[in-house]
Amino acid sequence: MRVLRGAVHGLGELFITLGLVLLLFVGWQLWWTDVVSNRAQDQTTRDLEQMWKPRVVPKPGEPPAPAPVEPAVSSVTFGSAFALIRVPRFGRDYVRPILQGTDLSILDEGVGHYADSASPGAVGNFAVAGHRVTYGKPFNQIAELRTGDPIVVETRTTWYVYRVVRHTIVTPDRVDVVAPVPERPGVRPTARMMTMTACHPEFSARLRYVVFSQLAQTISKTDGAAPAVLRG
Amino acid sequence: MYGLLWRLLPGPWPVRLLIALALTLAVVAVLFTWGFPVLAPLMPFNDGTVSQ
Repeated sequence: MRVLRGAVHGLGELFITLGLVLLLFVGWQLWWTDVVSNRAQDQTTRDLEQMWKPRVVPKPGEPPAPAPVEPAVSSVTFGSAFALIRVPRFGRDYVRPILQGTDLSILDEGVGHYADSASPGAVGNFAVAGHRVTYGKPFNQIAELRTGDPIVVETRTTWYVYRVVRHTIVTPDRVDVVAPVPERPGVRPTARMMTMTACHPEFSARLRYVVFSQLAQTISKTDGAAPAVLRG
Repeated sequence: MYGLLWRLLPGPWPVRLLIALALTLAVVAVLFTWGFPVLAPLMPFNDGTVSQ
């Protein structure tokens, strides 16, 4: 009898412990991953901006430094950041790094670029994925995007302003949404498109929320000012 | 389990309480740093990509 009571007691304690660990996991996933990822992504953004700054300031009288050259996106190492994305609809100060690749470990560090898809601003489809929830949730508000909303992609040399065309909700196997001509695999692209994917509905990976945009404006950084859509 | 642990801890009760709190914090830290990150990719809400 005493042994039985001890066993029941121990089992009860084990279940209580498991319950507490489960609660702790939820807290970690919903809160702590945001804390850690937001910090890391802010740091990546600052590092990138620092790296893009011209190294040598030409002295008066000397010819200006040659314009920096954009490395091909296909040559960017997996997991390293090569661009920044700004979405005024997501907030005035919203900025996230875009990293090469879409592995889960990469998406925890920012927005991921489908490595086989086009470079920013290129003919074809510049396709990226981001977390809708947890890990800094860069695409948390993706469903709030409306037709015509600007999506600004900044690289070392250039600002690219895309405008949202439409959205769709698909199953996770629909890789044609990141095809050079979105949803028409095998067709030769002529337009400069961008695709954003995130999970849907929130807190589920059952479907994907997909937003298509088209390039509206290209501004070289040597011309100076940032796109007007980022001001005000 | 916890009763046994409490009896195994040395010192008067305030000391035991402190040790118990420290142990709890250590377990939480281990879970946050190593345990949960391993578990997370298996969760059904973390993938936002399209793939075959």
